[in-house]
Amino acid sequence: MALWGMVIDLDRCTGCQACVMACKAENNVPAVGAKEARRGRIISWMQVLTEEEEEHGGEVKRFLPRPCLQCDNPPCTKVCPVYATYRNPEGIVAQIYARCIGCRFCMAACPYNAKYFNWYRYQKEAPGQNPDVSVRSKGVVEKCTFCHHRLQKARERALAERRELAPGEYVTACAEACPARAIVFGDLSDPGSEVFRLARSPRAFRLQEELGTRPKVIYLTEGEGRG
Amino acid sequence: MADPADTRDAALLFPIELTGRGFYVTVGLLSLLILWGAIAYWTQFDEGLGVTGLHQPVSWGFYVTNFVFFIGISHAGTLISAILRLSKAEWRRPITRMAEVITVMVLFIGAGQILIDLGRPDRMMNIIRYGRYQSPLLWDATSISAYLTASIVYLYIPMIPDIAILRDRVGKRKLLYTVLALGWQGTEHQQKVLNRAIAIMAVLVIPIAVSVHSVVSFVFSMTLQPMWRSTIFGPYFVVGAIFSGIAALIVAMLVFRKAYGLHGYLKPIHFRYLGQLLLVMSLLWFYFTFAEYLTAYYGNEPEEMHVFWAKFSGPFWPFFWGMVLTNFVIPVLCLVRLGRRTIGKVLIASLSVTVGMWLERFIIVVPTLSNPRLPFGEGIYFPTWVEWGELAGSFALFALFFVLFTKLFPVISIWEIREGREVGLKEVEERLLTYLPDTAEPRLAEPERGW
Repeated sequence: MALWGMVIDLDRCTGCQACVMACKAENNVPAVGAKEARRGRIISWMQVLTEEEEEHGGEVKRFLPRPCLQCDNPPCTKVCPVYATYRNPEGIVAQIYARCIGCRFCMAACPYNAKYFNWYRYQKEAPGQNPDVSVRSKGVVEKCTFCHHRLQKARERALAERRELAPGEYVTACAEACPARAIVFGDLSDPGSEVFRLARSPRAFRLQEELGTRPKVIYLTEGEGRG
Repeated sequence: MADPADTRDAALLFPIELTGRGFYVTVGLLSLLILWGAIAYWTQFDEGLGVTGLHQPVSWGFYVTNFVFFIGISHAGTLISAILRLSKAEWRRPITRMAEVITVMVLFIGAGQILIDLGRPDRMMNIIRYGRYQSPLLWDATSISAYLTASIVYLYIPMIPDIAILRDRVGKRKLLYTVLALGWQGTEHQQKVLNRAIAIMAVLVIPIAVSVHSVVSFVFSMTLQPMWRSTIFGPYFVVGAIFSGIAALIVAMLVFRKAYGLHGYLKPIHFRYLGQLLLVMSLLWFYFTFAEYLTAYYGNEPEEMHVFWAKFSGPFWPFFWGMVLTNFVIPVLCLVRLGRRTIGKVLIASLSVTVGMWLERFIIVVPTLSNPRLPFGEGIYFPTWVEWGELAGSFALFALFFVLFTKLFPVISIWEIREGREVGLKEVEERLLTYLPDTAEPRLAEPERGW
């Protein structure tokens, strides 16, 4: 069985936020408005975190695109009292919006703050939305799903054409949109895939590895000759 | 035992027989606060949790603080009463009933906080339909419902003889009292069964009570978050719970002592003993707090230190140092010498601890969330009128429940006071004799030697 994962090369990332916008459009992530944004309620499944370089403060910024890291040992799923969030057999941490009771325990437990809450009803079903992704109601938690609907779609297409799912047929919106090709998506269990190769690069690291969450989003550190 | 001619304890029945203006004023004031809370909740239910001050990353705030706080208060009760009963502390007699009432009332309020906190309260039954036992929230649900059940039983059983007195003496609500008295006649057999049942329940509620606040703490300590993941959280929370529980109990006792003129029953000696218990708990609480923070500080992990400094000197310093002041400095200063003005000092200490333990819960819940591990920027949390309304409403609802209870049932156990006069005195004397070295035999033998 496939094990979906992502490699993000920080050396290539320019901080352009294309992944963020692609994700929002693809997944019907609501725009909460300026007032709510000021109150710290932006919903952004993919978020580019910025940090000032310690040595060259004010001049150099570092960027870290952060989707849900799809941990293999997720701290959020364990604490959910109703099985509304779980790790599926292919390693994707899913959220069942129709079951979530909105206790926000998973948000409190996630060390990466990758889960978001619908504080209000931020949007209604409207033309222009992606019909493959459900619109979330108020009071539930939502998160990056590795564009799971794209996998379902690709798999159905392959099934209809009576063939196996081809590598590269299922890619997340953020990986597709990245102009610097910093985001690579694929099957971590397939030795022929690019993510498999990159995940074993000496530059590879995982966020907060010491917590034992075993994320399937792998970062490549910035090389020596940056800047 | 329930001799209708015995009018010595008529003072305890007054609040049930007569209702003065004070009662209506109190109920009116409390209702206003409850109305505020109800409007606040309706607003939140209608519009969403957005009307609160919660956000990313501080997704838990007042409601979870209140939850931990109120569930903590519930330890007043049943636990203290059970321990005092089991240790045969004779001074318990006028106290146990109030302690048990607090537990039952406050558990409803505490459990309610979690429902208020839900984004989708309409789906709350999912906890039963799809319950996942790996989640500490399910442990809470189990433990708290067990505690609530046990506490109701433990409140009710010792009330049966009193309800029988009400049935025989008070003209009102005949049907209610007759049903609830379960045909109590005060026969020797009934009394024996009753005492046995009380003893069983007293033993049973202690482990349940300890489990309740342990699992409440596990909600935090089972996560990986800095300053939450701590092995002493279970006992730390239990100690804090008993601490705040005693304080709330003392406040309630003083309120009803004044309102219903119970000076003859709740004497300074009772407050002195409870005050000493409070002092011990204050020291114990300080010890736990010290151990907890010193360990974090000495380990010096960057993430833990972020939270640590946020509490010590960062945005949360007024709450942190306020907590130290109200939970340790003030109570210790008040309680260390209780010779004169016992009641005033005990009251100040108890009010102070009630505030302090709320601050303690807040200082555990919020700073950790507001200092995420990744560079998101700190989240500062300002509650809105909705959360203040819920807080005021919750306190008022608790007070209202309590006041209404005192209008239906005696707030001090009548039969236990009588038992103290009739049986307790003799029993204590006999028991005391068994504690002493057996000097009786040689003394009896002496005259023989004389012969």
